[in-house]
Amino acid sequence: MKKKQFLVLTIFASIALFGLMSADHIDAPLVAGGQTDITDLYVFQSPNNNDNMVFVGNVQGLMDPASTENAAFDPSMMLEFNIDNNGDNVEDLVIQCLYENNQLWVYGPTAPTMTGTNSRVNVAAMNMSGGITRYGDAPNIIESNGIKAFAGPRDDPFFFDFTRYTEILGGTQTGFANPGNDTFAGTNVLSTVVEVPKELLGGSGTLNVWLESKRK
Amino acid sequence: MLQYNKSTRLVVLFAIMFVIVFTACKDDADQGPDANAIYEQEDQNARPAINTVFNATDMDKNNFNTTIPSEQATFASAFETRLLALNPGYTTNALGLDATTFTGILATDVLNVSTTGTTTFFDGTNVLTGRNLMDDVIDVELLLIFGGPDGSVNPGLTSDNVSSNDVAFLNEFPYLGNPH
Repeated sequence: MKKKQFLVLTIFASIALFGLMSADHIDAPLVAGGQTDITDLYVFQSPNNNDNMVFVGNVQGLMDPASTENAAFDPSMMLEFNIDNNGDNVEDLVIQCLYENNQLWVYGPTAPTMTGTNSRVNVAAMNMSGGITRYGDAPNIIESNGIKAFAGPRDDPFFFDFTRYTEILGGTQTGFANPGNDTFAGTNVLSTVVEVPKELLGGSGTLNVWLESKRK
Repeated sequence: MLQYNKSTRLVVLFAIMFVIVFTACKDDADQGPDANAIYEQEDQNARPAINTVFNATDMDKNNFNTTIPSEQATFASAFETRLLALNPGYTTNALGLDATTFTGILATDVLNVSTTGTTTFFDGTNVLTGRNLMDDVIDVELLLIFGGPDGSVNPGLTSDNVSSNDVAFLNEFPYLGNPH
């Protein structure tokens, strides 16, 4: 176990040392390794219901089990799914997620009160709240108005032989290994998952979606 | 009379203290998010690994995270320079995009999502219609960066040979696997 922890630490230290990053994990100095550091965005049709869309926003990557146990969402953070449904890359709808008092609060989908890099919570929007799932507990699923929501630690779904990629960029390797090694195996993220009826998303077939982390 | 005044003052004092304590408790119990708070942007992401791969300097990486998508086109020329540094032999890719067109699309970092059909980063048929948990997005990006017009160029660089996650995904909400 000690050896494994040392290995994990060494890998993380190497990643930090070379300023290397992947997907959006530790992508830029100002957010790297902090509580608002986004790792990945996923948007897909619900595998159980073709009428629903699932939004997944992950933060705080590369956590081993011990650090996951002590990890928490920043109560000052807003994670905001931005949805453009008319093709101009400006958000027409947002799903705003907050993490105050160990509760997940979800507002929307709703038209934002302001677009861009600053946001206010649209408290007038359709909303729901419930407990953030603690490490080791079964997922607490919050449901209201046909919307489901979850916040808590999960396995990082991202996979990539990132170590080898950085060696290639660094000139010490000329190609990928076969088989490769998943640098993200065994690591966790703090995940927020919201499933909403597609009829609440508007548009005519295609959306543009992006994820923002914000802090008050 | 003095005694009476003293008692009155005490009653008033206790009343004020009660109001203060009660109000404080009520605020604590209220717990609702503050409608007036301004939340300022710190990080932003849509397609996987774009900031990581295509911005070369710390300043660009930081600025990209706080530039709204409708204004990110200003990063396109820097993205093109970076693409040609990663792959000096780039001509077009499997989507038929030359360097300028390809990086022009990527600079506006939004995830295109279909509301009427299959949602996937790439499944052999559908391209950029969403992102599933199991999508091998890195292989798609490596192929488009290094693989040339038919995906056959630079065979050692077009797949990392990790094709799936280490943990099985759930069939039910919240779909992501249990933490380690």
